[in-house]
Amino acid sequence: MSVTVRTLSELLMPPSVADSPLSTQEYFVNMGPQHPIAHGSLRIVLLLDGETIRKVIPVPGYVHRGIEKMCEHMNYRKIIPLTDRMDYLSALMNNWVVARTVEMAAGIETNARIETIRTIMSELQRLQSHVLWWGVLGMDLGAFTAFLYSFRDREIIGEIFEETIGARLTMNYIQPGGLMYDILPDFVSKVKKLLGYLRPLINEYDALLSGNAILQERLRNIGILDGKDAISLGCTGPVLRASGVPYDLRKVEPYGVYDKVDFDVVIGTKGDCWDRYYVRMEEMRQSIRIVEQLIDNLPAGPYMVTKYNARLKLPKGRYYGQVETARGVLGAFIYSDGDGDAPYRMHFRSPNFNNLWAVTHIAPGWRIADYISIQSSLDLVIPDIDR
Amino acid sequence: MMSVGQPAWEVVTVADRAEYWLESHWYFAVAYMILAVLAVAAMVVALGMGLIYGERKIAAHFQCRMGPMRVGYHGILQSIADTIKLLLKEDIVPERADKVLHLVGPFLTLVVTILILGVLPYSPLLQLADVSLGVLYLTALSGLSVLGLLLGGWSSNNKWSLLGGMRAAAQVISYEITATLALLVVTMFAGTLTLSGIVQSQAQGWWVWRAHGVGLLSMGLFMIAATAEINRTPFDIPEGESELTGGFHTEYSGLRFAFFFLAEFINMFVVAGITVTLFLGGWMPLRIGNWETFNNLMGLIPPSLWFLGKVVVMVFVLMWFRWTFPRMRVDQLMRLEWKFLLPIGFINLFAAAVIILCKWYFFPV
Repeated sequence: MSVTVRTLSELLMPPSVADSPLSTQEYFVNMGPQHPIAHGSLRIVLLLDGETIRKVIPVPGYVHRGIEKMCEHMNYRKIIPLTDRMDYLSALMNNWVVARTVEMAAGIETNARIETIRTIMSELQRLQSHVLWWGVLGMDLGAFTAFLYSFRDREIIGEIFEETIGARLTMNYIQPGGLMYDILPDFVSKVKKLLGYLRPLINEYDALLSGNAILQERLRNIGILDGKDAISLGCTGPVLRASGVPYDLRKVEPYGVYDKVDFDVVIGTKGDCWDRYYVRMEEMRQSIRIVEQLIDNLPAGPYMVTKYNARLKLPKGRYYGQVETARGVLGAFIYSDGDGDAPYRMHFRSPNFNNLWAVTHIAPGWRIADYISIQSSLDLVIPDIDR
Repeated sequence: MMSVGQPAWEVVTVADRAEYWLESHWYFAVAYMILAVLAVAAMVVALGMGLIYGERKIAAHFQCRMGPMRVGYHGILQSIADTIKLLLKEDIVPERADKVLHLVGPFLTLVVTILILGVLPYSPLLQLADVSLGVLYLTALSGLSVLGLLLGGWSSNNKWSLLGGMRAAAQVISYEITATLALLVVTMFAGTLTLSGIVQSQAQGWWVWRAHGVGLLSMGLFMIAATAEINRTPFDIPEGESELTGGFHTEYSGLRFAFFFLAEFINMFVVAGITVTLFLGGWMPLRIGNWETFNNLMGLIPPSLWFLGKVVVMVFVLMWFRWTFPRMRVDQLMRLEWKFLLPIGFINLFAAAVIILCKWYFFPV
């Protein structure tokens, strides 16, 4: 099999000169790696005709830390903290995907308490991630107030994590075979208080931003991603669901205790930026609903089923597990050669990487300002693209 | 105390006084004018600092935070600290920039703004010069202000800056039309182009509510158009922080950036001042029909305080816009102007003409 490697300069065709009386010329600009929309370090090369985008070439790799390669030298216990640093807004779900794959491979059965706490924590994290996304979208579209509102509420969820886990961002909490720590006695009452606080706030978000005519103008009918295209591009999560594909791993392949709770998969009808916005707003309410159902009757039991073993060896074979993070399907592939406590090869299927390439498909033809709406509505976390 | 129905505000401008002295003691007149110019310069600095502090505090309280709190009581000296910082900062000029135009851009923007400050009537006794074509002068200068932004965008030799400059040009030139149409309505009502004359024509009631909604509509149109002309959210697309990384002022730093920044804030005051002068009675106190006691009480407040109070309210409204609305897109902005505001402006002008012909004012002129 031959692989054609094309350099960036080959991708950038010579700018064409249009045959119009007004002689216009297409030109390139670098959006990033240092640009407010990059939200980290993502370089986007735009071919522009005036303000209209002709071509989008994402150039990822500025935050590449070689996490997959590092995993090959670490035991499964040590891989967990590395995953925190991929999609830092879904750190708990990242932990969970490794834990789940390792448990599957080693045949570890967890108990109901562990699974319930994992689900609650993941949903809180999803809520936190979507709250932050809402604020960042507002900031990208020029409504800076939304950004600070979202940070205010995000911190309150962060305090719950901090109390139980000891960290606000890089959790390192869900381990193969259980959890790092048990929850504190007042965890339940605090989470209930938090949900009571957040539920009206999501309506406040709607009042501040969603109903705004300018925001709707900026999002509606912009960057339409067809359901079929979304599937062939490998988009997952809210991006895929906004295109009308009801694919939610929590429903189609339930893990944790998602099969025991009642929640709706929110889907969009058109696949434009507004649908992606609306799907996430609704998902926040669904997350609150899930946590509300689980928080009242936490099952009893130990928080760790197997005594923690750093020397855990997986039998020879290939294993793949996946979870639904706030941004889509995160998969972990482990190839174990049977000897040694580290994987022979570890690979992550990152939702952001696939979602990023949707811009090459949907952004051409729109304006620079629309590109901001489009990329913001995809909710990308750059370190997860590069890993 | 003024008697109702017979307001007799005598307007004496600074220029008038200098002219009076010119005949007998010319050196006194010259010194007086120099003092006046220095006063304007001091006002620019004070306004800039005050407005920046105000904006930061108001924004902070909109956003559930405290704003500047460290320098002085409740951060009251923060603007002074910022000014010192901007003065000491290195003035970076891009190597391949057009050096002369890069320097001219921010100066031009600030100078145009200061020129408008000179004609605003702050009180019957406090106006630098009462230009006989006052409204025309305002329109001409606000059209000129775009040149500074365009120069800044062009000379920076940066594609983002160029885009910002081009956006600014398209936007300001388009919205200039609506602003002028709205100003014309008041000019027709008042029958004069001088700003003090327009203020005096509002002795019986402000134009905003005197003409069956026409005045209110013109004020709305003017506020929208003026917000677009001074590039504030929701029309801050020339800056486009998250798209164009600052637009026309991306390549500016230090004092040159401070000039752009200062001009933006003074412009806010200028827009509020023009709105107040034309639609909200300028320095005129609030009068309601024949409520003698109320009118007399209102008359006790000095005119300069009336002007200042009204301006503060309008500036607050502009800040409120900024910290609530998202930013529009460039083609939506154009659509709003050419398809909605412009026809409404023309219809409004026509309605105003009908009202003037039939003399359908709420209060006698």
